[in-house]
Amino acid sequence: MRLRRVNPIKEILRPLVQLLIFVLGSAVIVSAFVLLLALLLRPTRTDIDIFQVTLILLPQVLIDGITLGFMYAIIAMGYTMVYGVLEFINFAHGEFVMFGAFAGVELLIWLNAQGILRTSELWLAVVWLILAVLLGMGVGGTLAVSAERFAYRPLRGTPRLVPLIAAIGVSFLLQDTMRFLQSAIHGDFYRTFPEFGPFAQRLTLFSLSIDGRSIDIAIQYKALLLITFAIIMLVALNYLVNATRLGKAIRSVAQDQRTASLMGIDVNRIIALTFLIGGAMGGAAGVLWTFRFTRADPYMGFIPGLKAFTAAVLGGIGSIVGAMLGGMVLGLLESFAASYFSIFSRGAFGAEYKDIFAFGILILVLIFRPQGLLGGKTTQKA
Amino acid sequence: MSTQVASTNRFMQLFRGPLGILLTLTYVGVIAALLMLEPRSLLWRLLLFTALALIYFIPQRPAVKMILGALLLLLIVPMVGLRNPFLLEIGFQVAVFATLALGLNVVVGFAGLLDLGYVAFFAVGAYLWAFFGSQQLWHLNDPPGTFSVYPTFPLEAWWFWIFIPLAILAATATGILLGFPVLRLRGDYLAIVTLGFGEVIRVLANNLDKPINLTNGPQGITPIQRPPLPPFLASSEVLTTLSGWAGRPIGLNDIYGFFFYFMGLIVLIVTIVIARRLEHSKLGRSWTAIREDDIAAVAMGVPLRRTKLTAFAIGAAFSGAMGVLYASNRTFVSPETFSLTASISILVMVILGGLGSIPGVVLGAAVVTLLNIDILQTLSLLLSSLRQGNDVIPLIGVPWKNLPTQLDPARYQRFVFGLLLIIMMIFRPEGMVPAERARLELHEGEEGFVPEVRLEGEVAPNADEQPAD
Repeated sequence: MRLRRVNPIKEILRPLVQLLIFVLGSAVIVSAFVLLLALLLRPTRTDIDIFQVTLILLPQVLIDGITLGFMYAIIAMGYTMVYGVLEFINFAHGEFVMFGAFAGVELLIWLNAQGILRTSELWLAVVWLILAVLLGMGVGGTLAVSAERFAYRPLRGTPRLVPLIAAIGVSFLLQDTMRFLQSAIHGDFYRTFPEFGPFAQRLTLFSLSIDGRSIDIAIQYKALLLITFAIIMLVALNYLVNATRLGKAIRSVAQDQRTASLMGIDVNRIIALTFLIGGAMGGAAGVLWTFRFTRADPYMGFIPGLKAFTAAVLGGIGSIVGAMLGGMVLGLLESFAASYFSIFSRGAFGAEYKDIFAFGILILVLIFRPQGLLGGKTTQKA
Repeated sequence: MSTQVASTNRFMQLFRGPLGILLTLTYVGVIAALLMLEPRSLLWRLLLFTALALIYFIPQRPAVKMILGALLLLLIVPMVGLRNPFLLEIGFQVAVFATLALGLNVVVGFAGLLDLGYVAFFAVGAYLWAFFGSQQLWHLNDPPGTFSVYPTFPLEAWWFWIFIPLAILAATATGILLGFPVLRLRGDYLAIVTLGFGEVIRVLANNLDKPINLTNGPQGITPIQRPPLPPFLASSEVLTTLSGWAGRPIGLNDIYGFFFYFMGLIVLIVTIVIARRLEHSKLGRSWTAIREDDIAAVAMGVPLRRTKLTAFAIGAAFSGAMGVLYASNRTFVSPETFSLTASISILVMVILGGLGSIPGVVLGAAVVTLLNIDILQTLSLLLSSLRQGNDVIPLIGVPWKNLPTQLDPARYQRFVFGLLLIIMMIFRPEGMVPAERARLELHEGEEGFVPEVRLEGEVAPNADEQPAD
């Protein structure tokens, strides 16, 4: 732990620059690879000009990948912070995401039913969206703290397997609790994000012309908003962990619980707060996820949870910067796999294989660099 | 089995001596009679199951218990099965899942490696036989849902017996391939990788209907061949005699019910023997050593990765073999069977019964399987019959009719499993029938803790007394 005085401006700028480097770096590398592959495959295809198709799709694939990557990064924060402090994989984190999503969606559905959401003003729609995200954060955070208090804290100090199994139990219990609540109230267990505001409109950045066809490079307000929210959250989290007293306490608990408590830090409180922060990030990510993919259902947390964990491991678990990088790389790779796999294999393999792709990456990382891309501390034992 | 005799429970004292045998026999007889009268009652079925548990726990000599157990399993269950074939189906499924749970117990209980995608190996075995034991080989270029059933199969039914060892090989190979990169890392990684692997197998099964139709996608493969019946069982004389006993026509399907029930029993007994032998072998002690403290184990000369990998591969082998059996019993496989819930339900069996405890795991498997295929289903049926009527739910005053169909108890397996896992972990992490070591470990230093001394059998050595290789 460094006891130096921190410069707040620097602490805000640093993660911003890091994020920019990660986004641009991975985007450039992945795009270059795909374009190269398209060039190589070009002579084998007579039906379509595969290079041109690739190029036309590229901007949208990149934007999708980056938004997905940011969402993975936010969810991965929950895993990586809890892992940093307790060395424990919180399997139920995906369910905090799911509960946050439902809270946000329910609020918006209710507002919509009141007629409040019928607005074409962008800023007003954004305000309601922020409200939903805040509610999602509240619910996710509360849930995480209660899970910690009632299911994980009694098990601290037991053999490793015990809390891990309890976490799986919490995950299953929460899934069906939500399913039960939704079924009992609405008769159906999934909810759809209400359509409101001018989020689907596109902001045209510039136009390109390829072979005489003009292509607008445009970005949806939706994607722009998602990215903005994510950046704000990631920067805020970075600031919290690196530049505040609380962050210092969290880092010291992560380093050595006993010594931290000797220094007058209330370890239980810090662990609960870590869960609160992680759960709140997860809840917010849940609302953003349904904002992007429109559907909230009780089992929606599993796959993003698994992917976000992969992202955390990819970046180096326990490291916040690593989780951001891991999320970005994974989001881009997945988006590219989902779009181009089918084109390159002539439709033989569809977008369904993107999950396998993500998982393959996890295995490769574990074989060749188990400490992750940015992880210094090795997780290998014996 | 004998070490469990040391029960000091007051209630169990009733079952001492010849009088105890008589009492047990009376209980079993009454249940059997009730079941014969009302073969479809859930309550009697559950009581029959408690009779089996009772036989296991009563303070009698092992030989006596064996005879009582055999009487129940080999005579009474088949007799009732003549009236209600569902009982045999339950028996078969309990046997299959108990075998699966014993395999997972080797991985999680003995070696302490958390495997959350155990069902993936089950799927490997099931799809292996589903592919070669059905007509799928002829439909490689047909999209799902476009082809009809032919009277012949590419492979004859007796190939079933060849495919059991083949499935064991395939599952073991998969296990080694998956475990090799991951097992040098800490246990949590294995959990997440196996979780992902389970998901991958499901995605593959769902999507490998193109470019070549290997799995027939979400529709699943059917019909799958069952192993050939021994000729004496399929003869018409046997059928007529049995029909006479049962009071209803007995067809080949019923005979298959008996066949699979007995096969399940044999497989389970063989598995229990193997698991017991493994537990006390040198390998089993190495597993205990790495589970308790892998650094100390390595220092004592236990080859860490090889030992872990063996546990993982053996667990996978059990699972693969059961896959073949299960596929041929159902004559149908689809990706749905191999969901995460299925993996976790096997884990729940192991945890509920007691990590590392063989009788516990079998008991856990029986309880969870009954819950899955019998109790929850019966509750669902009950609910849907209530929904047909005009009654009102007490306390809330809402008519049953208005209850959403989504509230079907059979859909809330995850709730039950989640709750069971949390409660077991917090209050009784060693399970219902704990392994001796786990009980000692988890309650050491608690108030009122008296280490129970084993009456018979050897005392397992401590991990730090592991002899060096």
